[in-house]
Amino acid sequence: MTAFGVWAIPTAVVLIVGYGLIKGVRVFEVFLEGAKEGLEMSWRILPALVALVVAVGMFKASGGLDLLSFALSPLGRLLGLPREVMPLALMRPVSGSGAMVVFTDLLKTCGPDSTIGRIASVMMGATETTFYTVALYYGAAHVRDTRHTIPAALTADITGFFMSALAVRLLF
Amino acid sequence: MMNYIFAGMILFSFVFAALTGRMAELSEAAMTQAGQAVTLLLSLMGMMCLWNGLMRIAQASGLTGRLSRLLSPVTRRLFHGLDPDGEAVSAATMNLVANFLGLGNAATPLGIKAVCAMEKEQRANGRATDAMAMFIVLNTASVQLIPATTAMLRVQAGAAAPLDILPATWLASGVSLAAGIAAAMLLAPLWRKKR
Repeated sequence: MTAFGVWAIPTAVVLIVGYGLIKGVRVFEVFLEGAKEGLEMSWRILPALVALVVAVGMFKASGGLDLLSFALSPLGRLLGLPREVMPLALMRPVSGSGAMVVFTDLLKTCGPDSTIGRIASVMMGATETTFYTVALYYGAAHVRDTRHTIPAALTADITGFFMSALAVRLLF
Repeated sequence: MMNYIFAGMILFSFVFAALTGRMAELSEAAMTQAGQAVTLLLSLMGMMCLWNGLMRIAQASGLTGRLSRLLSPVTRRLFHGLDPDGEAVSAATMNLVANFLGLGNAATPLGIKAVCAMEKEQRANGRATDAMAMFIVLNTASVQLIPATTAMLRVQAGAAAPLDILPATWLASGVSLAAGIAAAMLLAPLWRKKR
């Protein structure tokens, strides 16, 4: 697993550059053109990034996460989620680093091989930071009207949480 | 919708901080996090340049074209109204492959590029298209072969077999992907008209 992780990025880079060389692409100059475009794109996502990071930071600092987890735990029970993983389910869609902190805490308090630890692990692997993705991608493309994106993405997230709990109970 | 989420989080934090007397922490968070966002962007910027540069090489050498054709039976069905050989679909294909292999750092820049290219190609004018929504749902459903970060954290926490969660993870993300795709298809007509 770790070997795969270590090899994946270098292999992808070498493959792309090597194949370019074989095909006679002027790899350095072409790379610079693309990199310049990447720079322009970065500036375009900054406003959305500031908005989201500040909002999430304020939310975390206010201590509202625990209250919200408590308030929503009946909904969690409906999905078969243990009370302990509710903060993770709430944090996961908004903040990758925030979810990581909550997840690490959960592993420490409940143990990685407990049912709760396993459900949390599967949740981490099976879902993504939805709002961050939406804000970044649409921020860069100047999309204001997101239409059905968020409801559809949240459907996937909620299904993912529900299935995480179910899959762990079925397979262990 | 992002309007409500953004405002909701800020209002909720304010009210809650006022009730629990954590206004000092809240104030500090608001100040430091704005700077934090710029730090985050700086680290992302290098990645954006690197992967956009590599993407350009892959395009010039015909590598993305081959990959796009390989996955076109899937992408054609998911992204209606996009040129199957266009820049948008090839960036989207690269992003999906990067996501699947767990190359998160590469996936984000490629995803941003894909949505920007879709915007250009479909002249979206500030309004999400069906293809964009579908693409974002595919990204957020997170189908990956090996969730490496999670596995690493499990190793650190002393798990007996850190990867014993793999079958459960595949099952959960597979079903959530299917639910996401179905939701994107079924919900799209409801937002057809301008509100």
